[in-house]
Amino acid sequence: MGIKETALAGTLESSDIQITLSEGSGINIDLDSSVEALYGDQIKKVITDTLNKYGITDAKVKAVDKGALDCVVKARTMAVAQRALGTTEEPNWEVL
Amino acid sequence: MEERLRRTMMFVPGNNSGMVKDAGVYGADSIMFDLEDSVSMDQKDAARILVYEALQTQDYGNAELVVRVNGIDSPFFRSDVFAMVKAGIQVIRLPKVESAQMMKDLVSTIEEAEKKFGIKVGTTHVMAAIESARGVMKCLEIAESSDRMIGLALSAEDYTTDMKTHRYPDGAELEFARNMILHASRAAGIAAFDTVFTNMNDIEGFNHETEHIHQLGFDGKSLVNPRQIDLVNKVFEPTKKEIENALDVEAAIEEAQAKGSGVISMNGQMVDRPVVLRAQRVIRLAKASHLINEEGEYIEE
Repeated sequence: MGIKETALAGTLESSDIQITLSEGSGINIDLDSSVEALYGDQIKKVITDTLNKYGITDAKVKAVDKGALDCVVKARTMAVAQRALGTTEEPNWEVL
Repeated sequence: MEERLRRTMMFVPGNNSGMVKDAGVYGADSIMFDLEDSVSMDQKDAARILVYEALQTQDYGNAELVVRVNGIDSPFFRSDVFAMVKAGIQVIRLPKVESAQMMKDLVSTIEEAEKKFGIKVGTTHVMAAIESARGVMKCLEIAESSDRMIGLALSAEDYTTDMKTHRYPDGAELEFARNMILHASRAAGIAAFDTVFTNMNDIEGFNHETEHIHQLGFDGKSLVNPRQIDLVNKVFEPTKKEIENALDVEAAIEEAQAKGSGVISMNGQMVDRPVVLRAQRVIRLAKASHLINEEGEYIEE
């Protein structure tokens, strides 16, 4: 499943990650992180797994990481997924 | 209600991932994640999810975990409550409370969420922020509105605006509200939290206000900056004389229990229940301030 609209969540502050979702085919993640060598695969895995839970399998992902913990990566991906699907005030409790 | 120390309730902006992540390291008695005023309208969803994830993955030690949800008439209220209940929050703080009915409406939404997520009904506690003249006049009915209530908090910025005044250094404009909130809380057997003090550079003013609300009998204060935690704890620290007296009372209780006697006596005088309660609170404070250890012995400097 693809997304309904381009969306962004998160900030560029320390300990955060800013994620943008736009239309694409398959999940393609462009990650910018100072810890990419160490944690890049883990960050991409959290993003991909979380998008899959929302049924999103087609999207271009731009992620700018500022040292976010896994729980923050997951939270920002959830927020951007809900925004891209237009369901922010009807959260998917099964995914949460 | 469970007796616990609530000297410091630290505000943490709910959409700030750095502050949400680090909130546990400062030693606040209660941490209050904010989904309301510190979060802009277009970030309400993101803050809710961030706090939701943090609650389930971060270690906040022994701190009591509180979340301030958006107002009951806002479009975010229901999703806030559902997400926080599911995440296992201990206390939900409702802003701008003006009637017992508002707390009852909150509790019924919480109960709905507890049932939906298979959480034991009654697990999630609540507290009310009093921010208006009407709220102050209705304090007692609000304090007694539910078995889930743990406390009332004064929110002075909105309150002083409602009263057509503003905050002054001597706090005279808050005296009636403080006393109403305090009396309602004590009558209902719940905690009373004083308002925040926002001028971070006025340490003297902060200490003066904290000493004043400590004297009145408040459990503690809401705080906006972790630097204020130690200052509050210092004011709430019991004196050596208070601790020694409390330890004597505790010894007298133990002696009475050993003898199987229902009457506690010390120096030939009967010890009343209020004295026992005060002694227990002093000992809790002394332990939290690391003045005595778990066995009630003095910790040397």
